[in-house]
Parts: sequence; structure tokens; C-alpha cells
Amino acid sequence: MKVLTLSKKNATPFFEALKSFGKTYGPVEKGEKAYSFQPVESFSQLALDYKRTILPLKKFFYKPCQPVFHFNKDSGYQPAEEDLEEKIVLFGVHPCDINALNILDLVNSGPYVDNYYFVKRQNNLIIGISCMPDELCFCRSMSTDFAETGFDLFLSDIGDSYVVRVGTGIGDDMVNAVPDLFSPIDEESSRAYKDSSNERSAMFQRYIELSDLPEIMDLEFHSELWEKLGERCLACGSCSMICPTCNCYNIIDKLNLDQKTGERIRQWDSCLFKDFAEVSGGHNFRSKRASRVQQRYLHKQQGFVEQYGRPSCVGCGRCTMVCPAKIDIVEILHTIRGERNHRRRKSDRRR
Amino acid sequence: MPSPYDTLIRTPNPYQPRSARIVRITPLVKDNVLFQFRFEDEEFSREFSYKPGQFVELSIFGVGECPISISSSPTRKGFLELCVRRAGRVTNALYQLKENDLVGIRGPYGNGFPVAAMENKNLLLIAGGLGMAPIRSLLNYALDNRSDFHDVILMYGARDPGEVLFRNELETIRHRDDIKCLLTVDEASSEWDGYTGVVTELFKEVKLDAAATYAAVCGPPIVYKFVLKELLAQGFSKNHILMSLERKMKCGVGKCGHCSIGYKYTCIDGPIFTYWDAMNLRELI
Ligand SMILES: Cc1cc2nc3c(=O)[nH]c(=O)nc-3n(C[C@H](O)[C@H](O)[C@H](O)COP(=O)(O)OP(=O)(O)OC[C@H]3O[C@@H](n4cnc5c(N)ncnc54)[C@H](O)[C@@H]3O)c2cc1C
Ligand code: SF4
Ligand code: SF4
Ligand code: FES
Repeated sequence: MKVLTLSKKNATPFFEALKSFGKTYGPVEKGEKAYSFQPVESFSQLALDYKRTILPLKKFFYKPCQPVFHFNKDSGYQPAEEDLEEKIVLFGVHPCDINALNILDLVNSGPYVDNYYFVKRQNNLIIGISCMPDELCFCRSMSTDFAETGFDLFLSDIGDSYVVRVGTGIGDDMVNAVPDLFSPIDEESSRAYKDSSNERSAMFQRYIELSDLPEIMDLEFHSELWEKLGERCLACGSCSMICPTCNCYNIIDKLNLDQKTGERIRQWDSCLFKDFAEVSGGHNFRSKRASRVQQRYLHKQQGFVEQYGRPSCVGCGRCTMVCPAKIDIVEILHTIRGERNHRRRKSDRRR
Repeated sequence: MPSPYDTLIRTPNPYQPRSARIVRITPLVKDNVLFQFRFEDEEFSREFSYKPGQFVELSIFGVGECPISISSSPTRKGFLELCVRRAGRVTNALYQLKENDLVGIRGPYGNGFPVAAMENKNLLLIAGGLGMAPIRSLLNYALDNRSDFHDVILMYGARDPGEVLFRNELETIRHRDDIKCLLTVDEASSEWDGYTGVVTELFKEVKLDAAATYAAVCGPPIVYKFVLKELLAQGFSKNHILMSLERKMKCGVGKCGHCSIGYKYTCIDGPIFTYWDAMNLRELI
């Protein structure tokens, strides 16, 4: 992979040059310690030391509420075509969120391709940025603290400059738009990169052991833990809404006043909602809250692994952050594994 | 006109309903009606093919969509038949429509019965209640490809004679000598000349070679409970017992999550599961 350096002095002109590639979004502060990806006009607006945004990036590709068809009683269903051509540049995306998009790519491809999602993904450029973990991050255990693919450029902060990895041909075009701003990698920046990488490794405070977790989930299928969680969970669905890999949705038809035309809308849904698995006649395959909480964990940490070879969790810590019942995914997984002392252990490093 | 999605992504939009016209409405029993549809687009209609056991998503304008098993057999081309029970919003709205009205249909979805693997085997088709809807597709498929299969046995149980779906059709089939068609009702009336009792009672009437037979079971949970027990007692391999299962569904294409159980999506990995699969997916039955 092509690697360069970009001095922080040159970040502003580089950011200006990016504008010709699309509408630029980046992390900005919204209230105290709350961040959100918003349209950004200048580099100085960016809050690049953010920990996590409230909503993940799925909001750009798979909107909370989105028309998928316009229909007309006489002519049928016409796909909704909103902002199909709009090109967007997401600046300052963390590795966990890049990996989460890679996971959503998996879900939305396969035998049936979700065109609505991929039209947006095709028109999207990603510039990643390195980050330091806080007390909620457990991305290292999920192997998502580093992005191997899924970005056009990735900037790693090494003090006065960034080490820039070029991930795609368009990333290369971005560099070539302002080639003088970049320098080749040298020994000093290489050393600085490794120092910061080691410093980062030492900062992770939370780990979960993934190996054989699916099997342990199986063994603990009837564990009373689920009942206890069911009593605590409020079924508010916040954990699904803010999860970067949760992709469940509902489909709703709305008829206009003319009784002839209307829209088919899809909106974010949550497996924690009571009616998620309820069929007509009132039968509910998961009427108990305990079984719905269990479904969330089983699907992410077991079912998804069997289907796609990895969990559908990137360890971003958002669900722990928002849960009004203080349900903490890391704690649950430790409990399920029967780990008594789950403070960080030296041997817990990524394998 | 191709949509920009199709040109940009180059795969057909899996959510696109096709306009289809109701050609014929045949009331079968109370709150169960057979609807025959034909796609408006003739070319699409000609190319539309499916496997017994697959389902479609049926759209009623302004009301919504719901999954319905295909009840016709792919061997009979040009139309599509769905046997629909009136259950809620979408199905009620369908019941308001008349012949010649338009609906939207997309599909076919799901895995369907593994008909190729079932060739040169005996078929034991077991249906309870509305479970006859998907079984009818397989039954007619087997009858139209009769030489591909050895013995074909149908066991169908309904509550009472007034609840027997496709009764006229089954009367005709009952007199064929290349199929054993056993009908039973829980409560007989004076005109009923079939069996009386639950569907498992019918096992007494047949001799089965379990190793050379595929059993396809479809019905309400209570049917599974007793039929599965009987099949195992008869020595069936769990891999030769096929069952069609229902779950809440929205997308039908493995994206919306509603039908997920364990690591399977009922909509794309099912709705037909072997008993072995069903057992291993703890919540499945
Ligand atoms: C694979 C499959 C095959 C089916 N085949 C048939 C069939 O051949 N004939 C028939 O009459 N019925 C069949 N059903 C059941 C049928 O889908 C429901 O009766 C129907 O969804 C009720 O929709 P409604 O809008 O009328 O009811 P409402 O109660 O208003 O339902 C609202 C929505 O909930 C969902 N939903 C409700 N019940 C079910 C259900 N049982 N399964 C899945 N989603 C549900 C649907 O998305 C529906 O649009 C099948 C279901 C599945 C999953
Ligand atoms: S499950 Fe929680 S920690 Fe994992 S990706 Fe989703 S929000 Fe982040
Ligand atoms: S955020 Fe917490 S309370 Fe709300 S549904 Fe999720 S686990 Fe339950
Ligand atoms: S119905 Fe949407 S995933 Fe199966």
C-alpha cells in the first residue's frame, strides 16, 4: 500500500482540495462531549479528537426513514430516486466505523443486493483517522481497531504530521490533486508511527475473549442471565439505533390523501421492540423481553459468526453508552464466559 | 424503463413488486380463498419460474406487503396461485379486491423443496389445515412429473369436512391409482367418506420404506409435534423430513432481520428446513 506523510500545516489546504470530490462531512461537537458527522466547510470546524459520534455512519447509506418506492394504483411501484448522484466525502472516520461499514457491505450484498444501500456507498469516499481508545472501546478484541480496507485514505496522527495510507485509486487521485502537500515516508515518521501504535496498545482498558464464544453462547442458551437482563431492559431499542452494524428495518406503506398514490417507506427497526417477531393473530415468537435481549447477543456474537465468519459488533461502545438500563455488552460477555476477574490482563492482547 | 438503481448497481432491485392482475377468485372454505394472478408484463410472466415450497411477497396498494406460499405448481405456466387466509390488514385488503384488479408481487423467495434430491424416492406429503397451500404445489409438481418419483402418498388432515381445502381437486386425485390420497377430519359429518381422526392416525393405512422416502410436512405447530414423533418412530432420517416454517417476514431477502433465528434467515435459508436443521435452531419449533 502506498504510504506518505502529510504535515499538519498542510491539512487545511488538503481539506480544501477535497471539496472537488464531493460534499464533505466530518465530526463536529454537538453539545458537551457529543459528536456528530455534519457538513463541514473548513478544517478548523472538525473535532478530530472525538471519541465516538452518537449516530454511526450507517445514517448516510441507510437512512433512519427512507422512501423506497412511490406507488400509483394504475402504474405500480416506481423506485424512489433521491440524491442518487450526490457524492459525499466522510472525513475523520475511525477504524471501528470503517469496519462496521465493511460489515454492512456484507449484509447488503449476497444473493440479493440492496441497491438503495450500494448506490449511496458507491458515491462515497472515506478518509479515516486514527484514534485513542477510551474506557468504553473494546475494538481491539473485535479486530476492528485497525482498518485494512474500506477507506480511500487513512490518516494516522504522529504528532506534527499524519502518516497517510492510500487505500484506493480515488485516494491516489486525492493525493495527486495536491501532490506538493505530501512527502515520502521517512525513518523518523516511521518510528513515530510505531511509538504511537505502542502507546495506543497500552491504552485499551476493555477486552473480550472471542475464541469459542459462539460455543459458550450455545452452552449458556438457558442461562438465567437472560431472564435477569430481560427484567432490566426497557425494550427502548436505543442500542440498535446507535449500533453501526445493526441493520434491521421495517417496511411501511403510506397512502396519500388522493387514495391513489403513496410511498413505501423503510425505517430502522429493533429486535428489542415487542412486535418485532409478532405475526398476525397475535402470536409472538419472542414475546418475552429476555428472549429479545438474547436474540441481540446471539445474532451478533454467534449467528453472524456462523454466517459471515466474524461477529457483527465492532466494539465501539455505543450501546453501553446509551443504554438507560446500564446494560453493558462487555460485562455480559464476561459473565457469560464465567470470567470472575475480567480486569484487563497482559496476556489479553490481540492474537 | 430501467431504474437508475439497475444501471448503477447492475443487479435487479430485489424489492421491486411487479404488477399482477387477479384473474380468478375461487372461495375454498370460510376465510380461505384461492387467487389466481397473471403478471402484466408478458415476458416476465413467461420467464417467471419457481420451486414448490417457495413464496412471494404480495403487495396491496397503500396497505402493505405480506409473504404467501405459492400454491400452484411451476409445471403449469402463465399464472400464479396463492391460497390466502384472511388474517389481518393486507389479507383483508386483498379480500376487498375483485377479478381484474391489480396487486404487486415480488419473488419467488426462499429455498423451496429440494425436488432434485427427492427424485427417484417415495414422497410422503403431510399437510394440516392451511399447510395444504404449499403442499399442493409439491403435489401437483409430483403429479406432473410422475415418473420422476416412486410412490406418492398424501396425508391431509382438516378440522371438519367444511375446512378441507381444494376438496374438488383432491376428489379427482383420490381416484387416480398412481397416488395414495388419504384425507382425514377431526369431526366427520354424514356426507364425509374419508377418514376420521388426527392426521397421525393415517400412518396405520400405509406401509413406508423410510430409507427410500422423503417426508414433506406443513401445518400448524400441533401437527409438527405429533407427525415428527411418528416419522422418527417409523425410522426416518432427520434429513429426510422436510418442514415448511413460518416466521414474521418483511423483506423476504435476508436483510430486514425479522425472520432471523440463530444463524439462519427463514426467508432465504428456509422456509423449508430439514428436521435436523430445525432441531439445531433452538427457537425454530
Ligand atoms: C413463508 C410464509 C408462507 C406463508 N404462506 C401463506 C399462505 O400460503 N397463505 C396464507 O394465508 N398465509 C401464509 N402465510 C402467512 C401470512 O404471511 C400472514 O397471514 C400475513 O402476513 C398476514 O398479513 P396481514 O397484513 O393480513 O396481517 P397483519 O396481522 O395485519 O400483519 C401485518 C404484517 O405483519 C407481518 N406478518 C403477520 N403475520 C405474519 C406471518 N404469519 N408470517 C409472516 N409475516 C407475518 C406481515 O409483514 C404483515 O404484512 C405465510 C407466511 C410465511 C412466512
Ligand atoms: S453491539 Fe454495541 S459495541 Fe458492538 S458495534 Fe454495536 S453499538 Fe458498538
Ligand atoms: S438500550 Fe438498553 S434498555 Fe434499551 S433496548 Fe437496548 S438493552 Fe434494552
Ligand atoms: S424477511 Fe427480512 S430477513 Fe427474512
